[in-house]
Formats: sequence, structure tokens, C-alpha cells
Amino acid sequence: MNNNRGYAWSWWYLLLLAQFVPTLWVPFYNSVEPSWAGIPFFYWFQMALVLVSAAVTAIVYFATERAA
Amino acid sequence: MGLNWVALTVFVLLFGFITWLGFAAAHWRRGDLDQLHEWGLGGRRFGTFITWFLLGGDIYTAYTFIAVPALAFGAGALAFFAVPYTIIIYPILFIVFPRLWYVCRKHGYVTAADFVRGRFGNRWLALAITITGIVATMPYIALQLVGLQVVIGAMGVTGEGFVGDIPLIIAFVILAAFTYSSGLRAPASIAIVKDLLIYVTAFAAAIIIPIHLGGFGKIFAAVPPEKLLLAVPQGHTTGAYGTYATLALGSALALLLYPHTMTAILSATSGHTVRRNAALLPAYTFVLGLLALLGFFALADGVDKLPEFADGSHCMSG
Repeated sequence: MNNNRGYAWSWWYLLLLAQFVPTLWVPFYNSVEPSWAGIPFFYWFQMALVLVSAAVTAIVYFATERAA
Repeated sequence: MGLNWVALTVFVLLFGFITWLGFAAAHWRRGDLDQLHEWGLGGRRFGTFITWFLLGGDIYTAYTFIAVPALAFGAGALAFFAVPYTIIIYPILFIVFPRLWYVCRKHGYVTAADFVRGRFGNRWLALAITITGIVATMPYIALQLVGLQVVIGAMGVTGEGFVGDIPLIIAFVILAAFTYSSGLRAPASIAIVKDLLIYVTAFAAAIIIPIHLGGFGKIFAAVPPEKLLLAVPQGHTTGAYGTYATLALGSALALLLYPHTMTAILSATSGHTVRRNAALLPAYTFVLGLLALLGFFALADGVDKLPEFADGSHCMSG
């Protein structure tokens, strides 16, 4: 199961799975402070996570992409 | 409530355009539409760009536009679960689906049921998967239709009983007709128009409305405290925290296996396309977050105190 086309497991994938932690750890971000530009933490933190996770996915993509 | 002529004209013109586009799509990246994979998967020829529009259009639908802001308006912070939900689908998409794409391409599988039958050799399991997929998609379709009905009503087109259903029936018949004739190329081409409209609308709304309402500080100040954040769990339950996290996780695990998203994934040109989109599609999640806040904009604007709101909820239940 280790052919190029099948995309074998890479340790970089752990970086992707690590995203599950801050995203699903609700008690951490269920607060108003620290607010930013009038927006409560609960909201701007999740929006920031969107951008961060996209960037992380892009990093893992470039790290694991093969010419296949 | 009278007819909103501007909105109605724009709607009819746009609908006319996409009707034309839907039928014309049969000639786009021309292929033999009698072949199932040409009709059903666009010949597996949708590159990064088109897959982004198609898959984006499949993941972010009337749910994004109507259901999530409405939930934010009614229930507050809970509605935002849609954001973590559409964050964690992307690691899943990235790790699992290029392999699925490759296997389906290699063996000529067009649907999830084909794959299950090939992988497990059991016809009954494949049938069960098919039926589950169809049944699971029905609420999705119902939501799209309800959303369309709400839009039609908002333009002032009303009618009692069957007469009130006619615009929706016409719209549905047209959509079914060109999807039947053009296959996946029809929704793919229309997704481009639809998603561009979503982006323009979302950014316009997210910039103009807060300016009009006096800034985010004022908007969030107008939201009642019980809606602003999740209720802290009492006693020994995980309460709202558990609800929020499991809603996000459960929805994420399911979404990519729905027939409509599977189809969009399998129609890609390659596994690379799928992986690239895992990094690019979060742009839509950002838009979803902005649109969820529309519910709060409505609260800040006092929509719940308008007499039409009471009328409207009476109409919907009538």
C-alpha cells in the first residue's frame, strides 16, 4: 500500500490532525475577552483558526507533494 | 407586502442566465454524455479551479445562506458550530480522499456504492449504501427548496395553496431538466456563477451593514448575553460544549460521504486537485463565518421587534 499514487502515510499528516485540538476544545474559546475590534474572542478566534488551518494545509501540501 | 420589482427583475434575469448556462454546459469540455462517467462525473476532468467552485458550491449551500444566519438569530453562539465543522473537514479531505479518488478512477467507480461493491464484493451492502445516501440527501434538498421558497416570498410573490407553490415548481422542473440533459457539467458551470455571487454578497454585507449599524462593538453589545456565548455546562454533563463540539465533528465526518460531495470529489482531474482544494476551500468557511454574523446584524437592527417578523413566522407555519 505504499505506492506514490496512493499517497502513503506521512508524519506531516499529524500536523493536520493537530488542528482538531484547538478547533474542538470549546471551553478554551468560549469567552468574550480578549476581544478584538469589538468582536468577542469566541468569534474572532474561530475565524482566525480558519486562516491558520488553511495555511497549515498548504504547508503540508507542499511538504508532501510528489511529482506523481 | 407588495412585489419588490428590483429584486424580482434581478432574480428572473439571473435565473434565465443560469437556465441557458445549464443547457449549454452539455457542450463544455465535450464528451459522450451517454457514458455514465461523462454524464455523472464530467469525465473526471475538472481541474483545481472548477473543483473549487463545484465542491464549494456543494458544501456551502442554502444551509450557509439561510439556515446558519437564522440559527444565529434564534439561538446565538450555537450557530457558529458551522465554522469548526467546515474547518475540520479539510484535514479529512486531504488525508483520505486522494486515495479514494485514485481507487475509483482505477476501477471506474462512479459512486460510493460502486466502490463498496468492488471493495467488499457484497451487492446488498452497496444497495444499503445507496439507499442511505439518497435518504440522507433528502433533507438537504428539502432545505434548498425551503430556502428558495423563502426567497420567492421575500420578493413579494405570494399566493395561497397550490398557486403559491407554482414558482418553486417551475424552478425545480427547469433545474431538473438541464441537469438531466447535461449531467454534472450543468451544476459545475452554475456553481461558478453562484459562488461568485455568494462572495460578492457576503463581503458587501459584512462591510456595509456593520458600517450602517455603527461597528462590531455596537452589534455585539445588542446581542442578549445568553445568545452571545455558549451556556457554561452545569453539573457533570458536557452541556453546550459537548453539543457544539460533537455537532462540528459529526457533521464533518459525514459531509464528504454524501453523494453530492463524493461526486464533486470523484469528478476531479487528479488526487493533486483534491489536495490543493483542501487548502483553498477554507476561503468559503471564512465567508460562512461572516454570514453567520448576519444573524447578529439582524438582532442588532431589531428585526425581531418588527411586526413583519411576527407575520412572517405566522406565514411559515401556516
